[in-house]
Amino acid sequence: MKKTMYEKIWDSHLVAEVAGQTPLLYVDRHLMHEVTSPQAFEGLRLAKRKVRNPHSILATMDHCVPTKDRDLPISDPIAKKQIETMADNCEENGLNLYDMKNPNNGVIHIVVPEHGFVHPGMVVVCGDSHTATHGAFGALAFGIGTSEVEHVMATQTLPQQKSKTLLIQIDGELSKYASAKDIALAITGKIGTAGGNGHVIEYAGSAISNLSMEGRMTLCNMAIEAGARAGLVAPDEKTYAYLKGREFAPSGEGWDQALAYWKTLPSDEGAEFDMVVTLNAADIEPQVTWGTSPEQVTGITDRVPAPEDFDDSIKQQACANALEYMGLTAHTKMTDIPVDLVFIGSCTNGRIEDFRIAAEMTKGRKVAANVTAIAVPGSYHVKNQAEEEGLDKIFIEAGWEWRDPGCSMCLAMNGDELTVGQRSASTSNRNFEGRQGKGGRTHLVSPAMAAAAATAGHFVDIRNL
Amino acid sequence: MQAYIKHESIAALMNRSNVDTDQIIPKQFLKKVERTGFGQHLFHDWRFNDDGSENAEFELNKAIFKGAKILVAGDNFGCGSSREHAPWAIADYGFNTIISTSYADIFYNNCFKNSILPIVATKAQLASLMDEISANEGVKFIVDLENQQLTTPAGNGFKFDVDPVRKENLLKGLDDIGITLQYIDLIDQYETKHKQSYPWLWA
Repeated sequence: MKKTMYEKIWDSHLVAEVAGQTPLLYVDRHLMHEVTSPQAFEGLRLAKRKVRNPHSILATMDHCVPTKDRDLPISDPIAKKQIETMADNCEENGLNLYDMKNPNNGVIHIVVPEHGFVHPGMVVVCGDSHTATHGAFGALAFGIGTSEVEHVMATQTLPQQKSKTLLIQIDGELSKYASAKDIALAITGKIGTAGGNGHVIEYAGSAISNLSMEGRMTLCNMAIEAGARAGLVAPDEKTYAYLKGREFAPSGEGWDQALAYWKTLPSDEGAEFDMVVTLNAADIEPQVTWGTSPEQVTGITDRVPAPEDFDDSIKQQACANALEYMGLTAHTKMTDIPVDLVFIGSCTNGRIEDFRIAAEMTKGRKVAANVTAIAVPGSYHVKNQAEEEGLDKIFIEAGWEWRDPGCSMCLAMNGDELTVGQRSASTSNRNFEGRQGKGGRTHLVSPAMAAAAATAGHFVDIRNL
Repeated sequence: MQAYIKHESIAALMNRSNVDTDQIIPKQFLKKVERTGFGQHLFHDWRFNDDGSENAEFELNKAIFKGAKILVAGDNFGCGSSREHAPWAIADYGFNTIISTSYADIFYNNCFKNSILPIVATKAQLASLMDEISANEGVKFIVDLENQQLTTPAGNGFKFDVDPVRKENLLKGLDDIGITLQYIDLIDQYETKHKQSYPWLWA
């Protein structure tokens, strides 16, 4: 039988399929951060259970950590306790933790690929919905709840229902400056935030194979915004070249064995998917969200829609609510929307290529008056690399703040946040009400679009720069 | 985990779609290291005014919905972040049943780990329930998980689907880890085979 990549990974990880029980799936890698793990460790302790495979876990601190003045104690006592609890839990269980002071520290989904911890064909989980990022390597990677974090620690398995498969086929050439982020937003716009519910996405087509590994990570990262728990890209030469030589990648004879296995993973020619969606890369303009859901998105040359532009009464109401919350008038040109704050960073767009393109847009320009611009590298390695290339100087000279790594304004848990009514251009992944601070108004964009908005003070069509 | 028993309870109406977990429990409350006490922060940004007083406009603040165990909500409930703090907050507030047309996958899974039954209704079924609550606020519905039956005074109830394993676990209040550990031999066998098939992962 012809199999999709998802089915191959599923079949090879099936531990038990007992009648009357949910199938049990083996987990190869378990990623951790400080917010969704403490209650899981507490549960283990109470039940006197142990972590089954400590070597399968890599942990970091990212959600609550400050992105400036790292030398000072954390001022928020509850965040401080969470950070300390994480350190204690990792020490007690012998887990590999990149704490705040560690040179490997950063956002979990940035750090893990940097160290080659995830390989093609693995099953990877984390108490974080953006775990989907690692699908870029052809690994089945998905977010789980805290009870499941505890379950995986205790058993190295998860009871799972098999998902349906959704093929998103994108061929053709992207237009100049359109990026993986624009593909991700365009998909969410097309199928909606519930479009992928119950499915695992496989992204395929020439526009996908042309993406760099970092671009594929950005794309898979936002599979969850289209409702899918996981997104996959078939491993290819780019994947192997990226992994080779990294700390946790196989080496020597192990590399050859692994490579032979990885090459068997792509979906068989003619394998059937439950649903297929196609997009033409050439049609994807640089995207900007206008509402409070990632599906409320449009191209930069478009205008803010009006409720009556939608057929469905639920979408009409959602549009009306979003316009009110966002303080926008229907039919405003996207390029006429001003911004107060620009954030470049997050597990979606906090990698070196993101800062390179943003620096290219920033070089020789100045941040507009009344705009605050914050660059938050995804990890210390990204930060150091950017500094080696002199990117930090470009940002600082233009008036940007150059910070230490962390999740920062993506979810605004660490004190970096919007004030009521402030409007951001953000390279993160969610524009929900209050996501970046109560009353804050978020527009999701690519790094290039964010950097250009910082200079202009409003959104611009970067293809005309 | 608490066993889910048949009950007759007030059904509260929240006619909003795409309610995300950032709204269910805003991030400023995610820093606790315990599982308890999240109910007081449920829907915080909608539920409270800036001065901390209750927002009278917010539907769940209606006196008639106090004590409701059933939450009837719009499409795609629980989308966004995987935070299990969302179902912890919902359960701690007092809800044990949600009725919507669809749920985000991670949220749906998380419900069953916390003695919450997420019932999937068709669009037409949901619309009838919403109309019934609007016309008769404070109305009580009966949820019978054993027989997979929702009953309402106006006859808008229906048979609902639920995975048989999850149903059994909810009814008995069984802990997933305990169930899985019954198969520890199978896990050991799998792992032995895994080491042979993928030796580079264990080098």
